[in-house]
Amino acid sequence: MKLITAIIQPDRLDHVREALIQADITRITVSRVTGHGRQEDIELYRGQKIAPNLIPKIRIDIAVNNEFVDITVDTIIKAASHNVGEIGDGKIFITPLEECIRIRTRERGGKAI
Amino acid sequence: MRKKLLTTLLFLLAASLFQGTAHAAAAVVTDTGTTSWMLTSTALVLLMVPGLAMFYGGLVRTKNVLGTMMHSFGAMVIIGVLWPMVGYSISFGSGILGGFAGWDNKYFMLQGIDETIMPAHIPEYVFAMFQGKFAIITPALIAGAFAERVNFKGYAVFIALWCVFVYSPICHWVWASDGFLFNLGAAGAIDFAGGTVVHISSGITALVAALYLGKRRAYPNNVMSPNNLVMTLIGAGLLWVGWFGFNAGSAIASDLATARALTVTQVAAASGAFTWMMIEMFHHGKATSLGVASGILAGLVAITPAAGVVQPSGALALGALAAVCCYSAILLKSKLGYDDSLDAFGVHGVGGIVGALALVFFIRPAWMADAAAKTVSKSWTIWQQLGVQATAVGVTIAYAAVASLILLFLVEKTIGLRISANDEMSGLDHSMHGEHGYGLINLN
Repeated sequence: MKLITAIIQPDRLDHVREALIQADITRITVSRVTGHGRQEDIELYRGQKIAPNLIPKIRIDIAVNNEFVDITVDTIIKAASHNVGEIGDGKIFITPLEECIRIRTRERGGKAI
Repeated sequence: MRKKLLTTLLFLLAASLFQGTAHAAAAVVTDTGTTSWMLTSTALVLLMVPGLAMFYGGLVRTKNVLGTMMHSFGAMVIIGVLWPMVGYSISFGSGILGGFAGWDNKYFMLQGIDETIMPAHIPEYVFAMFQGKFAIITPALIAGAFAERVNFKGYAVFIALWCVFVYSPICHWVWASDGFLFNLGAAGAIDFAGGTVVHISSGITALVAALYLGKRRAYPNNVMSPNNLVMTLIGAGLLWVGWFGFNAGSAIASDLATARALTVTQVAAASGAFTWMMIEMFHHGKATSLGVASGILAGLVAITPAAGVVQPSGALALGALAAVCCYSAILLKSKLGYDDSLDAFGVHGVGGIVGALALVFFIRPAWMADAAAKTVSKSWTIWQQLGVQATAVGVTIAYAAVASLILLFLVEKTIGLRISANDEMSGLDHSMHGEHGYGLINLN
């Protein structure tokens, strides 16, 4: 089991969500986060370009069984990318997942995912 | 009421021309009480526009909150520029093109009214600005029907064209002293503060636009929850407060007629909200905050044409009737499957039609007696008045539907109104404005 954590731009959330559902990855957790990579902010504030330190991002967490890692990652990459070669599309982190428990049934492991 | 004032004004102007040296118009002086109330009303009606922005803004998804609020603020900006230039003249100038619209060169840029005091004892500037606020909020109401899926540029052009070719002519027919609906029947079609001019015209346009532009992506399969009902409720509250200027200001006076309009406005709003709340309690077992907000609006919309002629019992009935009809219309919308996203037609179109027609059953007897006295046969029944009302409603529906469809088609084919699937998924805030509404909630 792996935990896939993706940090993406807010305007790609629906693209990613829809693409994941199309790919049968239907269980996700989404949070609003702030942070920054190397991205320069392109926001306009009263006509001025501003460069705040922290930028709103979307964090997506998906726990998957090993055989679903590739499809999940590929789908996120495809849907989250702006395809313009500019920095700021985001990152994906994959970490080993020790255990998963479904609270309702107390099931554990891969079948609880 | 306002037509009578304008007629008198024109008469005085004509009289002053005949008398040559005598300045007859100078005899009319400003009444400070009336002027104060009309200035207040003008400000109150403008307050409804940010109220509407909050009402609509809270109902859409987070990614579209600014884009949706910008539809209201955009109207404030665009119509705010257009109204003194041409809107006032087309609406309240003397009839041209066989009475299709009005025009007076002296109203262009409001240059000819610098010293005009109207027979209602208010400066004409106040009247022109008061009317301008109605012209601002009307196109902003339409935006509810195509929320979350239009191009801002296309929207801006559409509302500018709509103000000139739809709002102003209808306003001229209904409210100008030589408008044909103003002079229909014994005492004219009753539209005290904008049932036809504001709510039916915008409501019908909303329906046409929703049908023409099509549904949002994934509607109705995906749930599209409101991003901020707190804001929606504040907006509904501001609309209720602002509506006192809208209706009680439409008496263009500060007297008994004003007090009557204010009273029935309050009663109808409460009655509409109460009825909606009760329907939901019986239908779903829970009264929702959005239901109360919708009921407030339904009641206010229905009393708008009627505020000059009905008594509180009539207001109570109209508010309740509007809530029942609007609630049913919204249920029907889900069955029919068209995407009037924020129920601009369901509330303003349906509520406006209900108010404009059903008001005849609640007209105060003194009004009917006055109307009868104006006829040759000295009789006038509510059924005859219903015919007049139905004509005004029918004409407004037909004209608004056809003219709006043409404008929508033109804008869609030239500038583009419906946004691309990609922009729609990203949200209006990002794709149209390069901003996001709630960024400051996170640390940045």
